[in-house]
Amino acid sequence: MIRILAGLRIALRALMVNKMRSALTMLGIIIGVGAVITMIAVGSGAKKRIAEQIASMGSNLLIVMSGSATSGGFRHGAGTVPTLTVEDAKAILSEIPGVRYVAPNLSGVAQTVFGNQNWSTIIYGTTPEILEIREWPLAFGRSFTQQDLDGVTKVCILGRTVAENLFGGIDPIGQVIRIKKVPFNVIGVLSPKGQSTWGTDQDDVIFIPLTTAQKRLFGMQFPGMVRVITVQAREPEEMEEVEEQITALLRQRHRIQPNQENDFSVRNLTEIMSSAEQSAGVMSLLLGSIASISLIVGGIGIMNIMLVSVTERTREIGIRMAVGAKGRDILLQFLIESLVLSLIGGTLGIGIGIAGTLILSTFTQWPVLFSAESILLAFLFSGSVGVFFGFYPARKASLLNPIEALRYE
Amino acid sequence: MEALIQVQDLVKVYSLGEVKVQALRGVSLLIEKGEFVAIMGASGSGKSTFMNILGFLDQPTSGLYLLEGMNGENLSKDQLAEIRNRKIGFVFQGFNLLSRAASLENIELPLIYAGTPASKRREIAQNALSEVGLKGREHHHSSQLSGGEQQRVAIARALVNHPSILLADEPTGNLDSKTSEEIMDIFSRLNQEKGITIIMITHELDIASHAKRIILFKDGKVVDDHKPEMRSR
Repeated sequence: MIRILAGLRIALRALMVNKMRSALTMLGIIIGVGAVITMIAVGSGAKKRIAEQIASMGSNLLIVMSGSATSGGFRHGAGTVPTLTVEDAKAILSEIPGVRYVAPNLSGVAQTVFGNQNWSTIIYGTTPEILEIREWPLAFGRSFTQQDLDGVTKVCILGRTVAENLFGGIDPIGQVIRIKKVPFNVIGVLSPKGQSTWGTDQDDVIFIPLTTAQKRLFGMQFPGMVRVITVQAREPEEMEEVEEQITALLRQRHRIQPNQENDFSVRNLTEIMSSAEQSAGVMSLLLGSIASISLIVGGIGIMNIMLVSVTERTREIGIRMAVGAKGRDILLQFLIESLVLSLIGGTLGIGIGIAGTLILSTFTQWPVLFSAESILLAFLFSGSVGVFFGFYPARKASLLNPIEALRYE
Repeated sequence: MEALIQVQDLVKVYSLGEVKVQALRGVSLLIEKGEFVAIMGASGSGKSTFMNILGFLDQPTSGLYLLEGMNGENLSKDQLAEIRNRKIGFVFQGFNLLSRAASLENIELPLIYAGTPASKRREIAQNALSEVGLKGREHHHSSQLSGGEQQRVAIARALVNHPSILLADEPTGNLDSKTSEEIMDIFSRLNQEKGITIIMITHELDIASHAKRIILFKDGKVVDDHKPEMRSR
């Protein structure tokens, strides 16, 4: 302990003597650590945004879409021909144990009017479960209920964007808006959710009871028609199993022969999102590695300076050995010196990195995220760079022959 | 009683590539505790090599060297460092102080490697500094001290761990004659009052005459060993 304290004092003095040299050596580490901090912050910011978007979409989601139509040799996109029914949705919920919620829906774009304001938006006819699935709380008012579905009531819940465009500052609850000229009572307003992964505004939406959408707004080509069924599985591990079970169940219900194609499709949205998350992870790893290279270059700078310092101070080493310094005392002295260099550099680098990241995010609007782990990691990394690159010069010093070191001019 | 230093048939051969240089060709000596010995001889006579071996900075090629009955042979580098730290005090011609450190810090150096706690180090170093008459020069760096003062700091440094022997390699070589006298007075006082054993290399007969015994080296051998004539003051 005495030796380490004394070593620390010696190291600080030695670094103070060559202020300019110490500062320049540190600069390598400062830039390296700063780059690592910035890159990790940008990378994990991107990752976090994607994770938030996944969460805003709801977790463990499977989207069952109506099959594509073939008319005169042209195949249309998925969902163009309605094949799904409310009964399908009920069957999925009751027969597949891994399913927590289902929300059948029938949607379309419609013009909405309130007073002298009008706004075109997406109308989702669905069941109240959709808000549970998407983990989307109401900001004001209430959601519609089973009674609303049974009674085909004309009530609606507004997304935040719609509420703002139609009502401005007025409280929408209890007001009447017209959707396709049909009057609807506003019973609730949703909390804001922001942009989706694809950049669309998730708040530009109105939810109404499914039955109302079927009977009053969009009509049905057959009873109980829906275009999409949103399914939430209980556990992420069960997703694939649930997906297969839904496919099997619907093929059976739709009486599809083994050699026929499905008249519906099942999409695993979480999978798509998590691959986006993975690519963001790879991106941030890549950025981090590039930054680490500059930290290693900084470490080589330390090694270089320490070698010069050992040569310069050969006589000092000789004196210390003559009065009883052991090899490990000398080793420790130079190791502490390079460690102090790299840790001070690391600390300053963390500061510069944080400042740089904040400036960057102000100008580019990129999301950034600092974590205590990444900062600690950068600090420890700079410390290990100091030890790693300081070891060779320190060992060289410790192996000097005292007589030759004393004679060195 | 056992002698403090016992040297028997000491041989040291340096090999500089192909050429072998025989620095010591069989030196045998006994030095008792409390002696003040001057070693003289032309350059290349092997006296510095002898000094390095006495100081455990170097190992003999063959022969025996015992300090307080202790054999330096077969000791590890760390053990040699420990002996240098505890048993030996060095004073060099060129002082060999750390130029960036204050006097006190220079004196503390052997104490650091002996593992003495910081507070105690300070106290011991302070006492050692007054011992050599430099009270008030605690925080001067060696560049701010005269040659004589630097050598006194070096003597204080050599003595802080209460070594068995003080080895001085031409301690007055870089000093004028007046300062040299002062340094020799300190040596004599340390030897007489504290009973410290001193072995000193010197070129100058004048300086050597302060010692109680003069050993003359020539071509790696001891050729003369006598008491100096009484000095006339």
